Amino acid sequence: MRLSIDHLTRYRFSQPQARIVQLLRLTPSDTDDQTIVSWRIDVDCDARLREGRDGFGNRTTMLYIDGPITGIEIAVAGEVLTGEVDGVVKGTLEPLPPALFARSTDLTRADAAIAAFAAAARGAPRAQLESLNTAFAKRFALSHARPDHGLTAAEAFARETATPRDMAQMFVAAARSLGLPARYVSGHCLTCEREAERPTTHGWAEAHVEGEGWIGFDPSFARPIDQTYVRVACGLDAAQAAPVAGSRLGAGREWLDVDVQVERMNGGEQ
Amino acid sequence: MEPRGLWGFDVTMGKRRAFDEIWGTGGRRRPRKELAELARWIEATPASELSRRQHAAEAAFRQLGITFAVYGDADAAERIIPFDIVPRVFLADEWARLSEGLVQRVEAINAFLDDVYGEARIVREGVLPPDLVFGNPQFRPEIAGMKPPHHVWAHICGIDLVRTGPDQFWVLEDNARTPSGVSYMLENREAMIRLCPELFRSFRVAPVDGYTDMLLQTMKSVAPPGAGSSPNCVVLTPGHYNSAYYEHSFLADNLGVELVEAADLVVDDDVVWMRTIAGRVKVDVIYRRVDDDFLDPLVFRPDSMLGVPGLIAAYAAGNVTIINAPGTGIADDKAIYSYMPEIVRFYSGEEAKLPIVRTWRCREPDALEYVLDHLDELVVKLVDGSGGYGMLVGPTASDEEIANFRAALVAEPHRYIAQPTLALSTVPTLGDKGVVPRHVDFRPFVLTGASGVQVVPGGLTRVALREGSLVVNSSQGGGTKDSFVLLGDEPEVRA
Repeated sequence: MRLSIDHLTRYRFSQPQARIVQLLRLTPSDTDDQTIVSWRIDVDCDARLREGRDGFGNRTTMLYIDGPITGIEIAVAGEVLTGEVDGVVKGTLEPLPPALFARSTDLTRADAAIAAFAAAARGAPRAQLESLNTAFAKRFALSHARPDHGLTAAEAFARETATPRDMAQMFVAAARSLGLPARYVSGHCLTCEREAERPTTHGWAEAHVEGEGWIGFDPSFARPIDQTYVRVACGLDAAQAAPVAGSRLGAGREWLDVDVQVERMNGGEQ
Repeated sequence: MEPRGLWGFDVTMGKRRAFDEIWGTGGRRRPRKELAELARWIEATPASELSRRQHAAEAAFRQLGITFAVYGDADAAERIIPFDIVPRVFLADEWARLSEGLVQRVEAINAFLDDVYGEARIVREGVLPPDLVFGNPQFRPEIAGMKPPHHVWAHICGIDLVRTGPDQFWVLEDNARTPSGVSYMLENREAMIRLCPELFRSFRVAPVDGYTDMLLQTMKSVAPPGAGSSPNCVVLTPGHYNSAYYEHSFLADNLGVELVEAADLVVDDDVVWMRTIAGRVKVDVIYRRVDDDFLDPLVFRPDSMLGVPGLIAAYAAGNVTIINAPGTGIADDKAIYSYMPEIVRFYSGEEAKLPIVRTWRCREPDALEYVLDHLDELVVKLVDGSGGYGMLVGPTASDEEIANFRAALVAEPHRYIAQPTLALSTVPTLGDKGVVPRHVDFRPFVLTGASGVQVVPGGLTRVALREGSLVVNSSQGGGTKDSFVLLGDEPEVRA
């Protein structure tokens, strides 16, 4: 399937900033299941951009801007060709072994409630994961509110609605509590972003099953990952896979506005 | 006559007299023959004179501002570490053997770090359990795949050693993050030369004042390839509230480089710059005395105001060298320590020349059971602790302390290791009623640069000033001594 992605990130500051340094994880990598046909990042001011990779193998772009500056607009536009996926992610750059993803982080620590919830999933590892993948969507109403970046999996579990970010973090915490390595994935998806009123970067999860590999799950929609998904970055939690980690030198408040459009393009069928 | 057992009860405190490094085991009337002259000096110098010199040294340290802060002690924000006037001495052949062991160990530490952040052969080949490395909070996935210049990760290591007999040295822990204490090695020596010049006439003591030159050479040797012929080096401190701030400024002064805080550095286009009055200056090598967590808020702790945004990107791009490299904490984790003999064998193909102390990993159920049954005999430590915090010394602990540790061990066994209580060697030390034996440990400083590993002939001797105490940490009432390394008969040893 040929997908076009337009992803706009806009920051505005209440006071001029002297300097901005941001780490962007906005660029997908080629895998066996997705080929990047074209991809570009445009910034609406005089910025220096540097490509690199982080420890998880994600493509990164460092963004350096000298002030005074009162706002930035980062426009990402690209086309990706995706193939049929059987749920198992293949051909990703893996600098770290699955064992690393068995550890928890402050954002993804399973408390007793999550662990008990996870323990209800029975069977072989893949069956357990598939049952978890439907359980969260049953328990929580999907929220399209802006994700709260400080919210931990345990805090999210105490609520009644959950954003995709929280669904994915809870899934990751639950899978790890069953002894299965799991990680957070950020990226885009044809249908989920269309359903949201204010679309933003989507979040889902991957869990590792011995002998099979990394398998993608989208607990927000209780379905496996298919060719409507474009995988951008992964990490132990949402923060490590976040599209933007930023720092600014200057006082005042900031406002963030994000818009994502994912469209299916014609003529891309293979 | 000497304690033969490698560990266990025959060398345990209270069961046998500890080995004294000057007086031997025969009491002060029959000192070790190589050190008989030093024993005579101790006997011949009146305690009042020793005390006068000791006070003169401490007064000088106070004037210099060699102080440290004690965490959790609001009354004494800054103290000086007590200094003891009686030196500790290593014979030339003892030092030669120790150095060989230290070089081998630090080479293995660097090979281990290069491996675990790369291919992780040591895990794939089953030598180390995967979760011990990858589940360890000291392993930093954020920097996986990044390579420091010349594959040197731990440029500055402080290896803590204890001694139980003339030839029995044991590694107690490895400090591969930002080991401190080298300023004491240098200042203690200056004080001794000034206050006890006669000792330097009687003994041929290897000089330690070449340390800062050696360190600067080491730093320059690992500069990024693009740095040119005179790389710009800086010392990065968390600031003057840090307990080791004196040492940070001391080192910067002696190295002749700038002492900077995070706010003095900016990263632009993946290059690190230092702000100066005359404009910005490119930085090639950063000797950082801040923890990984506070290096770069974009990669590590986002709430940290101490870090330099973009520093890890500059490091990954190969534009700056960070000393020690990010992620080295995995090598000084105490559970990893327990595998050091296997680690040395894996990378060097040789047996470790320096043994470790027997270590029970409480994460293993059998070990935990043994430890819980023998808490009153063992030393229990946090795997990632330092400074003597979070430590139980069973033989001297109260029932309440033991009960608290038992509860902590049961709740989080993976966070602890236990070791037998060793009969640490003693060195004569000036007390209130004259010179008495007190337990010591030793931290030599080992430098690794592009051309290999070097050991400074000296180090930091810490002494437990309370009678019978085995806890030498300065935060727990320990003091320091000068450490003499004697030169051999052959003049070429001077080189």
